[in-house]
Amino acid sequence: MMPSKNTILDRLANHGAVVQYAGMVGVLVMLIAIFSGLSEHFFRPQTIPLILNQIPDLIVIAVGMTLVLIIGGIDLSVGSLLALGSAVIGVLMVDHGWSFVPASIMCLVTAAACGLASGFVSVGAKIPSFIVTLGMLEIARGIAYWLTDSEQKYIGSSVESLSQPLPIIGLSSAFLIALAVVISVQWALTRTVFGRYCIAIGTNAEAVRMSGINTVPYSIIVFTLSGLLCGLAAIMRTTLLPSTDPETGGGIELAAIAACVIGGTSLMGGRGNVVNTFFGVLIISVLQTGLAQIGAAEGTKRMITGAVIIIAVLLDAARARWMVRTPKN
Amino acid sequence: MTSMSPRQTIASASGEASSLLLSCESLTKTYAVTVLDRVAFELRRGEIHGIVGANGAGKSTFCKIIAGLTGATSGSMRLCGAPYRPSSKRDAESAGVQIVQQELNQIATLTVAENLLLGRFPHRWGWIDRGEMKRRARIALDRFGLGEMPLDTPAHRLGVGQQQMIEIATALDRDCRVLILDEPTAALTHRETQQLFAWLRKFREQGVGMIYISHRLDEIMTLTDRVTVFRDGSVVTSQPTSQLSTDAMVGWMTGDDTASDAEDFVSYAGSRVRLRVDELSRSDVLQRISFDVRAGERVGIAGLIGAGRTELLRAIFGADVADSGHIVLDDDPRPHRFTSPAEAVAAGLAMVTEDRQRSGLLLSQSILVNTTLASMSEFRSSGGRIDRYRERETASRYRSDLDIRSTGVDQSCATLSGGNQQKVVLAKWLLRDARVFLFDEPTRGVDVAATRPIYRLFDQLARAEKALVIVSSDLEELLRTCDRILVLSAGRLTGEFQRASWSRESILKASFAGFTNP
Repeated sequence: MMPSKNTILDRLANHGAVVQYAGMVGVLVMLIAIFSGLSEHFFRPQTIPLILNQIPDLIVIAVGMTLVLIIGGIDLSVGSLLALGSAVIGVLMVDHGWSFVPASIMCLVTAAACGLASGFVSVGAKIPSFIVTLGMLEIARGIAYWLTDSEQKYIGSSVESLSQPLPIIGLSSAFLIALAVVISVQWALTRTVFGRYCIAIGTNAEAVRMSGINTVPYSIIVFTLSGLLCGLAAIMRTTLLPSTDPETGGGIELAAIAACVIGGTSLMGGRGNVVNTFFGVLIISVLQTGLAQIGAAEGTKRMITGAVIIIAVLLDAARARWMVRTPKN
Repeated sequence: MTSMSPRQTIASASGEASSLLLSCESLTKTYAVTVLDRVAFELRRGEIHGIVGANGAGKSTFCKIIAGLTGATSGSMRLCGAPYRPSSKRDAESAGVQIVQQELNQIATLTVAENLLLGRFPHRWGWIDRGEMKRRARIALDRFGLGEMPLDTPAHRLGVGQQQMIEIATALDRDCRVLILDEPTAALTHRETQQLFAWLRKFREQGVGMIYISHRLDEIMTLTDRVTVFRDGSVVTSQPTSQLSTDAMVGWMTGDDTASDAEDFVSYAGSRVRLRVDELSRSDVLQRISFDVRAGERVGIAGLIGAGRTELLRAIFGADVADSGHIVLDDDPRPHRFTSPAEAVAAGLAMVTEDRQRSGLLLSQSILVNTTLASMSEFRSSGGRIDRYRERETASRYRSDLDIRSTGVDQSCATLSGGNQQKVVLAKWLLRDARVFLFDEPTRGVDVAATRPIYRLFDQLARAEKALVIVSSDLEELLRTCDRILVLSAGRLTGEFQRASWSRESILKASFAGFTNP
């Protein structure tokens, strides 16, 4: 079957998949190399799964964030939705004796409903999503405190299996689910009509409207999806700990946005790539873990992380300029 | 009594013997390629110097160098005999060189007065003296025949034409020895254009040297004293306007003299009414507008800026919702009053908007994405998946059918010329198989060589029995392309002219009718 082989190669070349991801993988490999040089403990077979099993929640939240950024919005409420979802699981299981699966479904429904509400208000009333989700950040956090009486709830090892490493591969089911989310959302973004509309709306919503497309439902769906993925992240984090804490997830929105930005997603909308966001999460995590292992102080860690974010954006801006210039020649 | 700056110019002019104001020697600009190649140019006092050339001929780059917006790679300039090498726009402005660019530079949220005096606010210890600012703005506008312009209105509330007028007024209000105008009339109505010309002539008498870039060759003929023609980054000729004709200019631009095309209009208008607009009204901008467009017919809408032409198209298309009245399409007896473009598109309407970049195109996206945007449902296969092979094939076909000059369907629309961008917008609607096309200023910002392909497309659409409604501020364009011209004035239809019996005078008269007898 020579022709099909050719097509795959052609496709790779055509869509620049290799080029697209090479930069991110390069940075990642470089980071790992640096830390392996600095600390002999770093590059051990155990380290990588250890890092990966810590981050499925951040991965799925960053995936949702990528979609929201692509349509030209932002979702600041993700950390609070994570806490709220987690609180729902904790309260239902510990206080009401629910089992894990129905409690998780309630968690997903609650978080998705909050996303839907944000989307509905923001898109329907044409209020910037920055403001609406800032409000949702407070509301959802408030509900999380209210549900749990501001207390942590220990659920116990019955729910741990999702986040435990699987035999042989050493990765948890949660991480594999996160990976599946990354791949399927990236697929939806590049291969489906829905994804195309999301990118189009983020590029120029007025032009999309004037092309006869009703943009409202697509935008609302994206916010709902972001909420739903926060619910999934809540399940992942709750099973990892395994407990709930109404204070969990504070600041995770910034980590998610940072991952998107490192992955080249535009805060202006219209451009983004979920796989690169995934690499963005990995870069942040490797950086954090590596810095911790070489014994960097908290202050140093944060300064370096911040610098990496800015450098990533500078590189991306340079790349964008280069891309604009080349076709003219 | 009002304009100070030109008088200062005269004062300094009398001090020098030569009438040479600005001279350029061997100006060259190289990016990746050479866009300006050893250009020599002379501008005299009291001269209106036209510059013509196709897009990409180097006109704009040339003017940007003079105006300090970019530096030359090599070559030299002299202003009033002294070496002149502006390092910034501000630098050029303080030397008395002002530029009015094609793109609007108004700050949307600032008021008319604020935009006029931006960077020159009258102030006391940092506090803006609003009374003084408005007084000066009023003087500047009055001088330019814009007495009725509201000073406190934010710029974004004004139409494109009005914003353009303010920009020109701003440049003329500054100390001005050399004035560069890049397509100043693109968004102006006939009346505004005439006003502008009157002022430019007055400034000419006062010794100001003007560089006037335009695609409208009739304007170049009537206004300028001398014409310099650019082609591929070089000056190909510079002659007194009196020795040139529009055909000759196009000949110099394209490199051959066979450019003139005769009156070869063919009507494809059938008998079936494709679009009927019935008593359409919207607040005070549209008053009971009724007309029919037949299959294969091209109906032009003429009128002054502010007459409600764009508003009419938007109301038909559902981009703005009409208060009363309706439209009827031929294959559907039900009356419609669309409340969103989505409804109009579903019913077979298409609108090519005036501002391609803001509402027509996804500028940073590819030709492919833009071409198929309105027709995604055609390429939807199972699970919402896009049939990418068929999508690419279709977009490629439209790209070659419409002769969109590009490296391929993956090229970003931001890097296309205005004419090719317009073709991408058309490709989108042709693929959607729209039957009624609403065009708002279809050749705005499109260079002269690219307008013909667009006119040919009108022909092809008409032959395919589409109904076309074409709004244009360029009356010549309507006279050339339409079966029939309707005139809108102050929100009312004030005239209807058939090709056989129209005249410029009667159309113009109708354009003013709505404003004079309400």
